[in-house]
Amino acid sequence: MGAIEVSGLTMAYGEVRAVDDVSFEVADGEFFGIIGPNGAGKTTTLEIIEGLRRPDSGEVLLLGERPWPRNPGLLPRIGVQLQASSFFERLTAREQIHTFASLYDVPRTVGDEWLERVGLVDKADTRVEDLSGGQHKRLSIACALVHDPEVVFLDEPTAALDPQARRNLWDLLSGLNDSGRTVVLTTHYMDEAEVLCDRVAILDQGRLLQLDSPQALVRGLRRSTRITVPGDAAGLDGVPHVERLEQTRDGVEITSAQPGAVLDALAGLGRLHGISVTSGTLEDVFLEVTGREYRA
Amino acid sequence: MTSFVTLSTAILKGFLRDRASVFFAMVFPLMFLVLFGGIFGDQEQSRLDLVQVGPVALLDEMPAESRAAFDATFAVERGDDLDAAIEEVRSGDVDVVVEMQGNELVAHYTRTDQVGSAIVQGSLRAFVDGTNVALTGQPPTFTLRTEAVEDDSLKAIAYVTPGLLGWAVAMSAAFGAAATLNGWRTSGLLRRLQLAPVSTRTLVSARVAVTLGVALVQMAIFLGIGVALFDLTLTGAWPAAIPLLVVGTLCFMAIGLLAGAVAKTTEGAVNMANFIVLPMAFLSGSFFPLEGAPGWLQGFSLLLPLRHLNDGMTDVMVRGDDWTAALVPMGILAAFAVAVTLLAARLFRWETT
Repeated sequence: MGAIEVSGLTMAYGEVRAVDDVSFEVADGEFFGIIGPNGAGKTTTLEIIEGLRRPDSGEVLLLGERPWPRNPGLLPRIGVQLQASSFFERLTAREQIHTFASLYDVPRTVGDEWLERVGLVDKADTRVEDLSGGQHKRLSIACALVHDPEVVFLDEPTAALDPQARRNLWDLLSGLNDSGRTVVLTTHYMDEAEVLCDRVAILDQGRLLQLDSPQALVRGLRRSTRITVPGDAAGLDGVPHVERLEQTRDGVEITSAQPGAVLDALAGLGRLHGISVTSGTLEDVFLEVTGREYRA
Repeated sequence: MTSFVTLSTAILKGFLRDRASVFFAMVFPLMFLVLFGGIFGDQEQSRLDLVQVGPVALLDEMPAESRAAFDATFAVERGDDLDAAIEEVRSGDVDVVVEMQGNELVAHYTRTDQVGSAIVQGSLRAFVDGTNVALTGQPPTFTLRTEAVEDDSLKAIAYVTPGLLGWAVAMSAAFGAAATLNGWRTSGLLRRLQLAPVSTRTLVSARVAVTLGVALVQMAIFLGIGVALFDLTLTGAWPAAIPLLVVGTLCFMAIGLLAGAVAKTTEGAVNMANFIVLPMAFLSGSFFPLEGAPGWLQGFSLLLPLRHLNDGMTDVMVRGDDWTAALVPMGILAAFAVAVTLLAARLFRWETT
């Protein structure tokens, strides 16, 4: 039995279907990503699984139990980091994590250890209001994990961070399921999901579009590789296995399912200089499934 | 129990570090107490300025005992120039000028100050009459003794302190509840705690405990300053004001919860609490007694919980009533608290959206 089982989840806000017949399972110890643009229904799905919201229909089993209505037995076994900061006002980082540690009946020293693990030891005496965006997220993640929960939910932990802070956080996040913990993360960054997640669910307008490992999703793409050749299309007629050939600002973009053959032909033509090869990304998957460019 | 202590500590630290909250809960009302205490203190000591021109036998030869009483009413100065002294009366610098013409004491006063002129005429007539009686060598047939219906030591400060304390406690209880509910909802902390193994009861008890603690400290400071600086004398069953204050605090926390449930932002919630509490303080006699107010206003004020808190505290703290005087106000405040809490619970939402 998986850590999370969701079937037929549906929830509407007025006319808008925020979540529309979503079903999936998350295995024990899995790093599971829910990705999609803003308003795709990621947060609502997460909140229903956590037990903060009651779905209009559908079933949720979290660690084999129903999270709604508020299930006190379940609460010590899960950790949550919400999108909003959710801190006690005017407490320092150390007081904050000590407070959460105490609410979960965990010794304060464990809180101190987490402060160290998320790299906030020199900010321990800084009030939460004075922490930077990245430090905020780190503290919030530490507070979600201080009681060593079996399942942890992270709702857009890297949103609104600069690229450097995001990458720093990835190092921290990637180790979270090492000890067999299940991690569920929402993000609207495709690259993040590719790096961190064992499997990703792509959500758009409340519907579950795809669910698989990032590699498998990309592999399943029909236009799997793009090769950009500087210059114009003259002389490229004989190149085999070309699905699409398009003149762009950077040169000619060739899309092919057999990039090896294409590259051989280009070598024969002496056009290898300055070329770039891009295999598919989750952005491409999104484009293919929805017919729309992915915009985070 | 651990959760309760943890949450109370977190809330208390958050409060003590919020300078604006501490100022409005503690310092601001105390400023009013010192201000009002000072104003009324001065008023009681103010004497009428009297200028004596030339020799006035009535004053000069007055027995020491009578002279002391006279000096309690009049601050006597001597002057030589009658016209200049009368001009001072006209300009309001001096209340009265006296001179002797034969056996006649002539007092020059101004009608522009009606209260002052009445006191001047009455007091001087009493002294002249008293001196006449004394000169006969006979004991007077009739005497007068005056007694205030209140305790001898009762001063204006005794009315001001309970009223201002009521306002201070109402304000900090309502603001605290409104700001916490709204701040926690906006920041998502309310949601976060909903997913922590903490019962709603523990959460509410911790918030109530901190507010009650703050209210009792406010009471201690108010009474301490009143007694130490302004000769406030506590009477009767004044400890009965403590449970009264506790129920009053709960009542105003409920009002704050209502404001917090209705308003969308923390600022909005605090403003709404202020909008409710400040006019109520005026109408409930926190700043000035309601005795002079029109009847309809006094009637209306009975609909306000703060009026009952103020009345109850005044009764047991300074009027010398026994503890049973606190029971009816406590009942009324408790009823308010329950009704307003139920209303707030109906309007409560977990999120601002």
